[in-house]
Amino acid sequence: MSLDPATVRRIAKLARIHLDDDDELPRLQKELNTILGYVEQLAEVNVEGVMPLSGGMEIAMRMREDVVNDGGYPEKILANAPDRIGDFFAVPKVVE
Amino acid sequence: MKTLDWTIVETLAALDSGQVSALELTEAHIAAVESLNPHLNAFITITSEIARKQAHAADVARRAGAAPALAGIPLAIKDLFCSENVRTTAGSKILGPFIPPYESTVSGKLFSAGAVMLGKANLDEFAMGSSNITSAYGPAANPWKRGDGAKLVPGGSSGGSASAVAARIAMGATGTDTGGSIRQPASFCGIAGIKPTYGRCSRFGIIAFASSLDQAGPMARSVEDCAVLLEVMSGFDPKDSTSADRTVPNFRAACGRNIAGMRVGIPVEYRVSGMAPEIEKLWQAGIDWLKHEGAEIFDVSLPHTKYGLAVYYIVAPAEASSNLARYDGVRFGTRVEGEDLIELYERTRAAGFGAEVKRRIMIGTYVLSEGYYDAYYLKAQKIRSLILRDFREAFANVDVLLTPTTPSAAFAIGEKMDDPVTMYLNDVFTVPASLAGVPAMSVPAGLDSCGLPLGLQVIGRHFDEESVFAIAAALERAADFRSLPALRAGATP
Repeated sequence: MSLDPATVRRIAKLARIHLDDDDELPRLQKELNTILGYVEQLAEVNVEGVMPLSGGMEIAMRMREDVVNDGGYPEKILANAPDRIGDFFAVPKVVE
Repeated sequence: MKTLDWTIVETLAALDSGQVSALELTEAHIAAVESLNPHLNAFITITSEIARKQAHAADVARRAGAAPALAGIPLAIKDLFCSENVRTTAGSKILGPFIPPYESTVSGKLFSAGAVMLGKANLDEFAMGSSNITSAYGPAANPWKRGDGAKLVPGGSSGGSASAVAARIAMGATGTDTGGSIRQPASFCGIAGIKPTYGRCSRFGIIAFASSLDQAGPMARSVEDCAVLLEVMSGFDPKDSTSADRTVPNFRAACGRNIAGMRVGIPVEYRVSGMAPEIEKLWQAGIDWLKHEGAEIFDVSLPHTKYGLAVYYIVAPAEASSNLARYDGVRFGTRVEGEDLIELYERTRAAGFGAEVKRRIMIGTYVLSEGYYDAYYLKAQKIRSLILRDFREAFANVDVLLTPTTPSAAFAIGEKMDDPVTMYLNDVFTVPASLAGVPAMSVPAGLDSCGLPLGLQVIGRHFDEESVFAIAAALERAADFRSLPALRAGATP
């Protein structure tokens, strides 16, 4: 199957990437379709009864105590913020 | 200066005997970086002042008889490892102004062991690439030249690391490998590099690309140097939930092991149609060298090999789309303002990410989206299971596998760029080991007809890097690879 321009636009919206309609959209449509065309071959593999492998190893995630073990340095955390107000990250107004 | 040609092992002996001081060694490297980096663009950020301080501290420690394992060894640190108070970009514009408030575990271990940081090495943006062309800070160059004088890529994503080590402006480097990003550039630049077992090195503080695949590893000019570096880089870290709680073996000792009686598998599926005759010839030479040393050679089958790349190009972008969601212009990095928050996100990410990163985020977003998850992502994860099973079954009968590292030698900027898949095919021999999480190393083994280096790959069982080092060291001894790149410290550029 192949992606149409509307689908490419929808993916970009989901990925929160602004696309330039005239130039980027047709190029990405072609490239994404090339990649999806290549991975189509996986359809021929029989995976009945096979468990999915999500990690690099078949290992269980290690748990730790649910306690605060880090923090208490707002200046370090905020040092890279593009915009801040006091000890908070600042963004454009969300609620009117 | 001759010292720039030394291996790390030779240098440590020279430092211990007082033949050279860490500061002298570091100054020689700083001068070499200054003269060659304008040609190579191997470093995004040069940290000479930090290097001098660390070198001085190494000299002080050595005089006090308390020199740690790597005291005074000048390294390049891939710009994907967070460096405390030093700009760390991941090769992306979106992290252009980012100065991490903490150090990655792996680089921290190296510095605790006395290593010296010459600078932050160039890479493909967010480690996504096989050429170093996708870096927002310009491509790094391969110090090797071929007859037509074309500017060659060093491979990627750890291209700056490989370029710096090959050109002798760093003695070793850190790399990261998600689908071949240590092994392919090592092969392209004529150096050694190992991706250890998934979980061997902590991922804490390494800017994430695909978390189930990302693994740090060393790159250096000898197999033994890689062993020395990996010993320091490895070890359990509670800050990484997939870090392996295992003791770190003596990798250096493994390099000297007798390989007689070891069982080496040759995976028949890697003999792809259309393989360049010189790659095939080199592979056969590797087989003969190991036979000569007493290893036993067996044909083995990894039936799902041909699906590796397709699985990788679903799994890695899926994880990337999730990992890179954090770059939203709010907490760090570059921001582009918008009318509202959504527009701020969209404009920030449109301006901050390069074309390859956008492509992968979008593929990842698509394969994880409602209605497509099962057909793409879940299916790929299941085939990943089958790929792991292939390796397990092969390793029931053999100790290691021997393959070529790459399907060709280094290519020129502009080649293999017709479409994304052509570029992705570079990783066809390296991706399966990444998907299975097993250790794999590239060793320089010969030159192609254009005089460019080619590597052989040794793949081992989970957590059996020792067998990989033993076989890789045997290949290195037999290959006796002494060719030098055209651009290197001490040679006129």
